[in-house]
Amino acid sequence: MPSLTRLLTLTGAVAVLIALPFVAEALGTPAATTLVTSMLIYGIAAASLNLALGYGGLVSFGHAAFLGLGGYVVGILYQHFVSEAPVFGWFAGTNRLVITVPAAMLVCGLVAACIGALSLRTSGVQFIMITLAFAQMLFFLFVSLKAYGGDDGLIVRRRNVLPGIDTRDDTTFYFVCLAIAAGCWWLMQRFARSRFGLVLAGVRQSERRMAALGFTPYAYKLVGFIVSGMGTGLAGALLANHLRFVSPDMLHWTKSGELMVMVVLGGVGTLSGPWLGAAALVALETTFAAWSENWQIFLGLVLLVVVLLTRGGLDRLLRLMRGRGAS
Amino acid sequence: MTSLLEVRGLAKRFGGLVVTDDVDLDVRDGEIHALIGPNGAGKTTLINQLCGELPSDRGTIRLADEMLNPLSVGQRVRRGLARTFQIAQLLADDTVLDNVALAVQARCGHSFRFLADARRDIVVREAACGYIADAGLMSRLDEPVADLSHGEQKQLEVAVALATNPKLLLLDEPMAGLGHGESRQMVDALGALKGRLAMLLVEHDMDAVFALADRISVLVYGRIVATGTPDEIRDNAEVRIAYLGEGDS
Repeated sequence: MPSLTRLLTLTGAVAVLIALPFVAEALGTPAATTLVTSMLIYGIAAASLNLALGYGGLVSFGHAAFLGLGGYVVGILYQHFVSEAPVFGWFAGTNRLVITVPAAMLVCGLVAACIGALSLRTSGVQFIMITLAFAQMLFFLFVSLKAYGGDDGLIVRRRNVLPGIDTRDDTTFYFVCLAIAAGCWWLMQRFARSRFGLVLAGVRQSERRMAALGFTPYAYKLVGFIVSGMGTGLAGALLANHLRFVSPDMLHWTKSGELMVMVVLGGVGTLSGPWLGAAALVALETTFAAWSENWQIFLGLVLLVVVLLTRGGLDRLLRLMRGRGAS
Repeated sequence: MTSLLEVRGLAKRFGGLVVTDDVDLDVRDGEIHALIGPNGAGKTTLINQLCGELPSDRGTIRLADEMLNPLSVGQRVRRGLARTFQIAQLLADDTVLDNVALAVQARCGHSFRFLADARRDIVVREAACGYIADAGLMSRLDEPVADLSHGEQKQLEVAVALATNPKLLLLDEPMAGLGHGESRQMVDALGALKGRLAMLLVEHDMDAVFALADRISVLVYGRIVATGTPDEIRDNAEVRIAYLGEGDS
């Protein structure tokens, strides 16, 4: 009964995630809640990247651009909200989450449309390089934007507000992120089985075949790239709220690499892989960083082992373990 | 008899090499029109030009009186021009059913639908099963295509192309690489389709060509040197010299 095991695993995961802040409090480690909030947010980003990379086969090396852009939308709107000067002399800033998050997704969607429309004329290594180039352009743009902190970034002194909910409390903000992450997870599992999802997976396998069926692969790749960018922008907006800080580092190419590592570590093109990968990477970073300054060495070793031994990431590892337990 | 496909003055050159040289070709409604010629005659290039993968330098392609030249591959398929590939181009990770269902889905409007489970779409799935049954692959319905034999993949190629509901099917060497029994099966399957749609059959297997074709065109060095019924082609001296290798007498 694979569907029953799946249902049980899912219910178990949700129960653990709901109980987590209370357990952490009881054990005297409230920092765990903050850590898992990071995992959830990076999970959204990695799962969004997986839409393009895993399902669509579009190896984007520039997704940090959307993460940073989403963060900057929150930061810039907040700065104008505080200073009361209109953005571009046109509209007022805001600190309301219900406005900043959709705004971040909209901006990322538009930018993804521009980047995608140009980059998707290429494929393979050229596509990787072009997305990287676009992301670096945005990185340097924000480095040179002195009005918005330049190199130093922007501080969001207080988190965006939600009516009736106190987001300043870390536990409450954790539940906000958990609800949004759960929503994303649900949408993505629908997406993977939808008509669009099947076409995108087909385009990854053979564009020639999909054209011969009557599809226009370019249009489907572009929409997939836009949705992926919007999801990453959502994660960026949440991350800026979580850290109460946004800087060009969020757009740096190493961040793009980190998102890719999460997807690969967890399992490319799987539903739960990117979430597992994000959780694992955030956990490993925190653990190793406490041990040693050169923690990347250990991280590299773990990555090597997982990728070489499982050939399908953590998702496959879990499946193998589950399969062995059942037999 | 009216022409379904009407090709006039079609040309293509790669640098100094002329691969399609002023080709005129007509495929009539419901006929099987075979295109034969020695290796390197430009048969696959011509197929690629017709289906739109390769732009033509000159000439016109009309399908049911509609000009196809400016249309993309996908648009031509939606107008009723399907093709099969010499080397099977299937979605290897997907199942037989998924492969055919995508073809049915492609003709049901756009696929920018993000939430509903496509695999639970009964109408699409049942239509797909019909084509799979016709191809005799019902027992392999849920197998990944990668696990199918070469012959089964060739049959699936035809089923997928038929599922786009074409008026004209371009068959690029459907018997290539098949065993004797599989070839027979393919000939029977294509014969059973005769009259339901028009086919342009590119094939090296002369037994299959003469068994199936209503008319045959012979392509040599990018030029059509003869068009006629199988009997006329068999007796055509020029064809014998250029192609059937009996020119030494």
